[in-house]
Amino acid sequence: MIPICRLTPRHAVQQWLTRLLLLCLCSLPLHTSAQEAPEATPAQPTFDELVRQLPSGNLRQRATTVEQLASQQDERLADILAALIVGDLLANKDKPPVVAIRNGDTLTDALNGSDLTGTSGLRRIPVNNSLRTQLRGMVAQLNLSHPDSDKRYAAVQRFIRDGVDGETAALLRQHQPSEESGRVNDAIDAALALFDLQTGDRDQRMAAIDTLSGSLEQEARNALRSVAENDEDATLRAAGAKAIESIQGRISFYRFIENVFFGLSLGSILLLAAIGLAITFGVMGVINMAHGELIMIGAYTTWGIQVLFPDLIEWSLLIAIPAAFLITALVGIAIERGVIRFLYGRPLETLLATFGLSLVLQQAVRTLFSPLNRSVSSPEWISGTLSINPVLSITYTRLYILLFGLAVFFALMLVMKRTSLGLKVRAVSQNRAMARAVGVRSNWIDALTFGLGSGIAGVAGVALSQITNVGPNLGQAYIIDSFMVVVFGGVGNLWGTLVSAMSLGLINNFLEPWAGAMLAKVLVLIMLILFIQKKPKGLFPQKGRAAAD
Amino acid sequence: MTLKKIVKQVGALGVACGMALGAMSAQAEDTIKVGVLHSLSGTMAISETTLKDTMLMLIEEQNKKGGLLGKQLEPVVVDPASNWPLFAERTRELLEQHGVDAIFGCWTSVSRKSVLPVVEELNGILFYPVQYEGEESSRNVFYTGAAPNQQAIPAVDYLKDELGIERWVLAGTDYVYPRTTNRILEAYLKANGVAEEDIMINYTPFGHADWQNIVAEIKRFGSAGKKTAVVSTINGDANVPFYRELGNQGVSAEDIPVVAFSVGEEELSGIDTAPLVGHMAAWNYFMSEETPENEAFIKAWHDYIGDTKRVTNDPMEAHYIGFNMWVKAVEAAGTTDTDKVIDAMVGVEVPNLTGGTSTMLPNHHITKPVLIGEIQDDGQFLTVSSTEELVPGDAWSDYLEGSKDLISDWTAPISCGNYNTQTKSCVGTTAE
Repeated sequence: MIPICRLTPRHAVQQWLTRLLLLCLCSLPLHTSAQEAPEATPAQPTFDELVRQLPSGNLRQRATTVEQLASQQDERLADILAALIVGDLLANKDKPPVVAIRNGDTLTDALNGSDLTGTSGLRRIPVNNSLRTQLRGMVAQLNLSHPDSDKRYAAVQRFIRDGVDGETAALLRQHQPSEESGRVNDAIDAALALFDLQTGDRDQRMAAIDTLSGSLEQEARNALRSVAENDEDATLRAAGAKAIESIQGRISFYRFIENVFFGLSLGSILLLAAIGLAITFGVMGVINMAHGELIMIGAYTTWGIQVLFPDLIEWSLLIAIPAAFLITALVGIAIERGVIRFLYGRPLETLLATFGLSLVLQQAVRTLFSPLNRSVSSPEWISGTLSINPVLSITYTRLYILLFGLAVFFALMLVMKRTSLGLKVRAVSQNRAMARAVGVRSNWIDALTFGLGSGIAGVAGVALSQITNVGPNLGQAYIIDSFMVVVFGGVGNLWGTLVSAMSLGLINNFLEPWAGAMLAKVLVLIMLILFIQKKPKGLFPQKGRAAAD
Repeated sequence: MTLKKIVKQVGALGVACGMALGAMSAQAEDTIKVGVLHSLSGTMAISETTLKDTMLMLIEEQNKKGGLLGKQLEPVVVDPASNWPLFAERTRELLEQHGVDAIFGCWTSVSRKSVLPVVEELNGILFYPVQYEGEESSRNVFYTGAAPNQQAIPAVDYLKDELGIERWVLAGTDYVYPRTTNRILEAYLKANGVAEEDIMINYTPFGHADWQNIVAEIKRFGSAGKKTAVVSTINGDANVPFYRELGNQGVSAEDIPVVAFSVGEEELSGIDTAPLVGHMAAWNYFMSEETPENEAFIKAWHDYIGDTKRVTNDPMEAHYIGFNMWVKAVEAAGTTDTDKVIDAMVGVEVPNLTGGTSTMLPNHHITKPVLIGEIQDDGQFLTVSSTEELVPGDAWSDYLEGSKDLISDWTAPISCGNYNTQTKSCVGTTAE
């Protein structure tokens, strides 16, 4: 220890001498300890010890342990890290702890691979974002030679995202000749080009710009942009700017496609919500304010199916479709027989009665199932995205709902146009007295029609359970939109409902980025009001004698 | 039947009624009434019903311990049905008809604003348990939820300092709490050198369900090469479709983390949390905190509600703290007289559930720890950051032009909710 103090010159000399002496003294034992070090090695823990160390300590300590683990060559490493990322690495509180990997329902010991299924007291080893990012980088390095091309692609993507350094570039160059998948090869090209763009000579950089101008990755765009804006070399700057421009053109094209898809997807949701109402309101002329609650009942049916059959989550939606249809159709028929039947021809009373009914249904659900939202899980096949390229990806949920909405629509068209029920429904709605005169039981048809419209609302509820909350308020969110769609499309016209749902979806979606979600809704409503002023009967008014009254 | 008889009977009836009334009022004086003002129906029932149950549990526990001042506590539960004007009416009913000595209630800021004039006029006491936007102070209200400096600012600091976030999306539902919070955050970020074009502000209506456009926009905003985060003040129901869309479009917490101020354990119990792992929330309490107080609280809650799957959350802790503080203040004052209790409240210390001791400050806010947690796949939070000391709540933000000179101090000699430290005067009712 050398005390720090202000020194006079004489002091200074003394200090130097003492310092020198101390240094000599110190270096002796230091030297010997350095020689002894390799024999003792208590500091270098084994792979097994490190894995057992993972559960203990805080997140920062865990990060250091992971780093130490990665520096060791061990074939168990990849599985352990992969399990740790997704929270499938478990440990108990023993000392030393048992560390296990969970794979579905089975548990295996992470170190010796023995079967631990059924062991209790194992808890997940917690990881946070920064640790997860660190782990993903490590897994990417290990995955580069994985037999699955998706894994290799993800690994290269991860390199691009984390930034390519000399080490990874060397790794990629070494791997590239053995790569078979074209997609992975392209990604490797992009990664290497990104590296060259930073470090290469002028020709390499020109080539890199050329390669990157074909890539839609955001990292490529950002790298090119920084070249185009800041580079010293004017030719490179120009090349960079040109590459950016060509990328930008393609991006705006894909963005347009994306917008159209989003619009159609929103339209399909509106269509599903409104299509049942198109029957009850459009064809029968009943202002059913409880329509939203019928959708809600359909969504709760989905939840009920998942609770009743917890092993069939993958199939739950397919089971829920007919179940929801039946249940809501029965509820609908009960509503028609119990309330609406007495109010035909009195639209104001119908409106009030069904509005009251909607409140009753909401509060009934609240009392029966609690006011909390219910968690409806999504089956595996419906989640995830269909990634067409880095700027255009379509979520499966939306795609399926779009297809489902259209399927329901055309099925309903078929029922209305091709079945005897459809014929009778149309007959009753066009001229009740005449229909009765030719032997149609109009009361019976009224109940069935209302049941059909309600059932379709229930089916819509199944679809909506996949994108929104399943709770007592679910219906309220859709009732206004549903009426909007039916009125805009023209009351009594199913095709009108389709066109109006899709166009409202598209209009809303193209307005939204420009005006914000709030204002877009307001603008759509204003446009609708103006439109109805001009054409009170909607886009496709009914023609002929039926429309006259 | 003669007229006399009738008069006699009516008289007897009247006496009987009078006696019954007397007995009732005698009984009423033996209890201390506590008002519970939470929506049990309508849109807010989802959040507020739990708080009603929490209050009933706390009152029941206190009664088991012998009540308060030798009397039993009697809860008076009313249902304002998520209808803001009805909140004011129900408050009037609680104070005038039932004569409650304290009210625990409200969730949304608009309901609090509706109740505020009534509790001030009738000199009641309101305990407000939810995080809010600040910029308000009332002598009759105790704010046991977080002020912006106890939630929003520390969360932004964490993102900025620990995660190196440079680009910010401030997304919120379109009403007073998100608007004011985002105004404060925007001013705070700009004061910290964040450029205008690195902040994106987005508002959506209540219950917004179609998030594909906005999530796509956030993705684009986040692809500019700077690390981006979303600070979400999206309220209630709209969160589920928002998070679902994030998960579906593959926005992971490692790319663009979302830190939310209105998403707690209760909200997560309605979602499949697997795609949300790693997204964050800032609160003053997490159910996953391992302290003896918290374990006891969770056990009591599960016993009371009879369902071990029910979760606890931050506003419940706020009610726990607020109720215990009120009990202590009443004991200290020896009476339930409003003015004496309000004076006795300031300085009361009670243990919170995260292992510290919360204090009621002169500005009617409390000291709380600030915790940042990451969502885990079981719907719980993993605490990744917590303040070492408790943070005192600040009613008036230091980052807004109009309010940075204002303080609130309800003790003598200032006794003012919006005292201007520059002009040394009480602004009075003119301040917002």
